[in-house]
Amino acid sequence: MEGGGFKPVRFYDLTAHRLRELLLRREISAVELCRSVLNRIDEVEGRVKAYITLDREGALRQAAAVDRQLQNGRELPPLAGIPFAIKDNMCLRGLPATCSSRILRNWVPPYDATVVEKLKDQQAVILGKTNLDEFAMGSSTEHSAFFTTRNPWDPKRVPGGSSGGSAAAVAAGTAVCALGSDTGGSIRQPASFCGVVGMKPTYGLVSRYGLVAFASSLDQVGPLTRDVTDCALVLNAICGHDHRDSTSVPKEVPDFTSFLVDDVKGMRIGLPREYFPPGLDDGVRRVVMEAVSVLETLGAHVEETSLPHTGYALPVYYLIAPAEASSNLARYDGVRYGYRAPGSEDVLEMFRASRSRGFGAEVKRRIMLGTYALSAGYYDAYYLKALKVRTLIRRDFDEAFEKFDALLSPTAPETAFAIGAKTEDPIRMYLSDIFTLAANLAGLPGVSVPAGLVAGLPIGVQFIGKPFAEGTLLRMGFAFEQSTGHHRHRPPDTPGGDGS
Amino acid sequence: MLARLDLSEEEIGLYTAQLAKILEYAAVLNQPDTSEVPPTAHVLPLQNVFREDLVGEHLAPEDVLANAPEKEEGYFKVPRVF
Amino acid sequence: MNKYEAVIGLEVHVELDTDAKIFCPSSTVFGARHNAQVCPVCLGLPGTLPVLNRKVVEYGIRVALALDCSLARFSKFDRKNYFYPDLPKNYQISQFDLPLAYEGRLDYETDDGARHRCGVVRVHMEEDAGKLIHRAGAANAPPYSLVDYNRTGVPLLEIVSAPDIRSAEEARAYLNELKTVIQYTGVSDCKMEEGSLRCDANVSVRPRGEEILGTKAEIKNLNSFRAVQRALEYEIDRQIGRLEAGQRIVQETRSWDEEKAVTVSMRSKEEAHDYRYFPEPDLVPLVISPSWVEDVRRALPELPQTKRERYLKEFRLPPHDIRVLTASPGLARYFEEGVRLFPEPKAVANWVLGDLSRLLNAAQVKIEDCRVRPADLCDLLRLIGDGTVSGKIAKAVLEEMFTSGKEARTVIAEKGLVQITDAGALKEVVDEVIAGHPDTVQDYRNGKTRALGFLVGQVMKSTGGRANPSLVNDLLKERLG
Repeated sequence: MEGGGFKPVRFYDLTAHRLRELLLRREISAVELCRSVLNRIDEVEGRVKAYITLDREGALRQAAAVDRQLQNGRELPPLAGIPFAIKDNMCLRGLPATCSSRILRNWVPPYDATVVEKLKDQQAVILGKTNLDEFAMGSSTEHSAFFTTRNPWDPKRVPGGSSGGSAAAVAAGTAVCALGSDTGGSIRQPASFCGVVGMKPTYGLVSRYGLVAFASSLDQVGPLTRDVTDCALVLNAICGHDHRDSTSVPKEVPDFTSFLVDDVKGMRIGLPREYFPPGLDDGVRRVVMEAVSVLETLGAHVEETSLPHTGYALPVYYLIAPAEASSNLARYDGVRYGYRAPGSEDVLEMFRASRSRGFGAEVKRRIMLGTYALSAGYYDAYYLKALKVRTLIRRDFDEAFEKFDALLSPTAPETAFAIGAKTEDPIRMYLSDIFTLAANLAGLPGVSVPAGLVAGLPIGVQFIGKPFAEGTLLRMGFAFEQSTGHHRHRPPDTPGGDGS
Repeated sequence: MLARLDLSEEEIGLYTAQLAKILEYAAVLNQPDTSEVPPTAHVLPLQNVFREDLVGEHLAPEDVLANAPEKEEGYFKVPRVF
Repeated sequence: MNKYEAVIGLEVHVELDTDAKIFCPSSTVFGARHNAQVCPVCLGLPGTLPVLNRKVVEYGIRVALALDCSLARFSKFDRKNYFYPDLPKNYQISQFDLPLAYEGRLDYETDDGARHRCGVVRVHMEEDAGKLIHRAGAANAPPYSLVDYNRTGVPLLEIVSAPDIRSAEEARAYLNELKTVIQYTGVSDCKMEEGSLRCDANVSVRPRGEEILGTKAEIKNLNSFRAVQRALEYEIDRQIGRLEAGQRIVQETRSWDEEKAVTVSMRSKEEAHDYRYFPEPDLVPLVISPSWVEDVRRALPELPQTKRERYLKEFRLPPHDIRVLTASPGLARYFEEGVRLFPEPKAVANWVLGDLSRLLNAAQVKIEDCRVRPADLCDLLRLIGDGTVSGKIAKAVLEEMFTSGKEARTVIAEKGLVQITDAGALKEVVDEVIAGHPDTVQDYRNGKTRALGFLVGQVMKSTGGRANPSLVNDLLKERLG
């Protein structure tokens, strides 16, 4: 950094599509790229704390394999040699998958998640596994059993969550791309907090096989990247039908990069008024309305609309997700894998002791809530009622999409909050996902795209689309990004932009 | 206790208060009329997804028990079952 | 005890004989080394997902049709949540409010020949759990258990009867007929001893004529047909005893103790599980089209009751023969093949039910594995018919065929068992017998016709049973004239 005029290229800070050009032109080798990112990790990981597990040797080995292929003139898949981070609730054979939980601290899966398999097919370089709120239950990574990841923009603030480690790694230059999972906003909210692009695909577009379940009917895996083009490339790589996931849709998938045209003329965008409540943060409102102006200037028709049942989304979510979670997390009992509390006399005592000591407070809170919502006498009043209101929420979207190609809203009601600000009050924490979780309830795709800074902190706008309309969202995001350049913002201690 | 969790007095107090608050919040769900509304358990219109009756690979024996907290003679070992 | 009547309903679990498990590709073969037939899915590893085996549904439809059930147009799976170390996910994927099939019936007969009909409330699919082995523990160590997950995920069909059964004997007969019907559909071998057929019983008693049901007990751990009958007899007596003594019946789950021949309380209703059923989000709904049902129906084999009626009409066999021949599809198949090759139903039935069954039972061999194929048996029957061997010699021939797997002709030739039908060859023996038994000859000549039988026997004995008895008879009469 010293030395005046000469500004060395920081490979770790470039986008995947730019790096691919450099790899193909032999301006950089995959090993050099990998080393660049590993050095960056050495430099900032102590402050950011994005990773739970790093696999330096594995990453360098894969990078070397890519270089051999390059030397032999082989054609390489689009993400070959690109350094990736994987959220630690996805299985990668041979590396621990902790879900940031004490109960799975030492668990090493003997199989690869489908998305991991697909990244391996791409010859992507997998650096390691990133931090999250325990079992993806949270919005800040503060519920990780191990440590809290810091927001690269301000280490006193959270990176968002639950995919906070993945978002922080992409923002901090310690991974070029990352995979996250999104059950109620867990990709989009941290993307907004960290100033990166984050997409939750349509339920069923990406296989869940190998993603450790939180709430099965809501979970989806998706990309966290530095721009919309990378988002399309990663989505191309991980989507598609998987016979191991019954809820994976057997459907031809398009090449999502074909939607990256810088043109939104005539496209119709709805602004649901429920997503702009009177109490919305002024800065957030200003940034989102600027985005609206940009899109209108580009020729999109923007109009206010209504999703009248929006107010019910949060309680519906907080009945359905914990109910499914209470059942999904029953398997952590200390019998086959994971933590077992020592010294139990009988198996029931062992179950109770292992689970009580193995799970953190937020997980236990949700298990109890879910168990209660499903128990005899309460099922109809809570769980079944929530499923019915879920139908009303879906219908709101169906109606809106008769008029609009996409809906636009803030991704989150605020910028990254201070560590510790919300840990005492679960409902305040839950409100962090207020604009994102309806898309999960309705199974719709949503993407958060950087839209500028408020008081030096990034904020994203969210586009929500019809089922399988990821292409439309990418097109809008791409046009927006091209005309604003907000995605080039980098955290203050890293050089901004990659000039692409 | 159905969830198979042991909680301290302190935890019970805290959780009870928090759960009560969450459930109170959930009471707003009684506002919309859902008498004619079908529940949504699945958002997908999928049905009849099958695998064929074909035997595939089993886990290697060392992988089966690799993560077992306690094992004996190729079995998972647990304290006495009532 | 005629003052009271019992009300019994049976819940039967049948393991389906698919190659792979219900939700994953692991093998279902019985008897493999423990924990050798598991994959990430049936071991319940984090991140894994179930995908339904199509054949399980097809088998389920077969049984449902055989039990005259209505097939659900729309069906789904649910999670039944409870903690137990043999259950890898601590929930069982089962079916709750929308089972595969419902409202069927099964007709059956008790040993006294009385016919009964029992309703079938529902038929649903679910996954099996693993197995626990309990160990005592060394000197100062506490007892512990070992878990084998091979059985986890083996497909089960649960068949719930209506409370239409009125006695322990009826329960056993119902179960027997259910087993036969299911075996005919070809979806399970229904071996109670291997656990591929399991039965729990709900039983209550009430004063005869009373409409309202008494308080029921659920009886578990019934590991044989005999156990079902004995446990129910015991439990009915126990409940009547309590009522007679003015005591209350408690709703509870009881376990049959085979050694002590009693049922003992396991848990009361208050301790019963709250299974917190909810729709399985990892599986999609099942829609069973009428055309699928029709395809399965067309491929359904002849069922036991139809077969029995046909045997009566076509073969005119006595009811007892029919019952035994149709008790298992293997035996019936064997018999029918035999009759096709040797169209004398009664003769084939006699040999199948007599000597052949005796040999099979003694050697513990299944009819499907019998080395004497129907064609071999029919060859033997033809050799009896044309006088090559006597019926008595044929029994020995069959036994040799059964153990060695040789054909009838080979056995007869090797052992020189061909019947002597040449009068010339027999004359010498006849003369010897007459000369050797002057007193008997005298008796015969004095009018004691029974003495002839003795002389025939002596000739048979001298020829090692090979002489044609009627020829011997004629020769003796001629000589003694």
